Amino acid sequence: MALEKPYSDIPGTVIFDADQARKGYHLNQFCMSLMKAENRARFKRDERAYLEEWPMSEDQKLAVIARDYNRMIELGGNIYFLSKLFSTDGKSFQYTAATMTGMTQEAYAAMMLSGGRSPDGNRRIGEAPAREASGKEGK
Amino acid sequence: MARITAGVATSHVPAIGAALDNGRAGEPYWKPLFAGYDLSRQWIARRKPDVAVLVYNDHASAFSLDIVPTFAIGCAASFQPADEGWGPRPVPVVEGHPELASHIAQSVIQQDFDLTIINRMDVDHGLTVPMSLLFGQPERWPIRVIPLAVNVVLFPPPSGRRCFELGKAIRRAVESFDEDLDVQVWGTGGMSHQLQGPRAGLINREWDNRWLDRLIDAPEALAQMPHIEYLREAGSEGVELVMWLIMRGALDAKVRTVHRFYHVPASNTAVGHIVLENAS
Repeated sequence: MALEKPYSDIPGTVIFDADQARKGYHLNQFCMSLMKAENRARFKRDERAYLEEWPMSEDQKLAVIARDYNRMIELGGNIYFLSKLFSTDGKSFQYTAATMTGMTQEAYAAMMLSGGRSPDGNRRIGEAPAREASGKEGK
Repeated sequence: MARITAGVATSHVPAIGAALDNGRAGEPYWKPLFAGYDLSRQWIARRKPDVAVLVYNDHASAFSLDIVPTFAIGCAASFQPADEGWGPRPVPVVEGHPELASHIAQSVIQQDFDLTIINRMDVDHGLTVPMSLLFGQPERWPIRVIPLAVNVVLFPPPSGRRCFELGKAIRRAVESFDEDLDVQVWGTGGMSHQLQGPRAGLINREWDNRWLDRLIDAPEALAQMPHIEYLREAGSEGVELVMWLIMRGALDAKVRTVHRFYHVPASNTAVGHIVLENAS
């Protein structure tokens, strides 16, 4: 029997479940390795060479090099593991979250200051969009 | 005898720790947030608890994908702040309480909660940010801490019901410990937030506040809430809130609200904070 996934109709969201964790095992373990300062230094010196030490898919490696966080998540990455990667780059959770929404960091920060993204229109794929104009950038 | 006197719950956003560590707590962005904890800092300085059972989740710091325990209790004498990718936070070492921790482990396992025993573990912002919020920046933390790590990263986390029942089991365990100790249970994480994907930034102020109301007055019913409601209403990371139910389960059915605070935003997150004491 397949895993029950009642969350698969939440827009713009990948739930890190057993299937995702299996796909992303090596990607996430690579990220964990960046918790050591010497590994961070080695990765920064030659990203591609460092990634070659991990049995990740080529797509995963390319997503890491491109810092394409949505793609990394699609390929099994989890945000808390990926945080080791953006921390290595000196980037914050807010910077990284903004890149995933397609907004500029300024626009994203402004949305958060005005109360965040409304759940209205963002609960289910196909749900009628919310009435207000701000904070509805989710697809 | 040891006894549970109070419960504390708070969000554990890493940016809060960074703001404090980098001397930015007085900036207009952060000032209202830290002010929301003033009353709690005074309260805990008066109460002087001996130990906190601190329920939090590890964020891929101590646990990689090699081992993912659903409930893990820290029985070590001390826990180092973790290097989460930018060096460890400049906070004191967390001192444990190995005797009480082992006693709780033994007691709750015998009550059918199969905890994982951890004898060496670094603790990340999930544990140290709540400590900073309640105690500021001391040379040494004024209480001992028993870390209780809950998996909320790899879906599914334990159910709210299971968490609430674990809280009750922890209370029974603490109350059967011979030493005279004032013990608090802390729940951390939440409130509504989503850190990933195009829906990142989701905040649900109304839902959060209703959830807080029910945590105080109808926790048994609140514990029945399925994960899907958290994911839909409070964002993919909002499901961390199940950890607050462990704290609530350890308290009386009727509690007194010492302090309640809600603030948006801290980085990507809605910050909730509550201090509860047993009413009797």
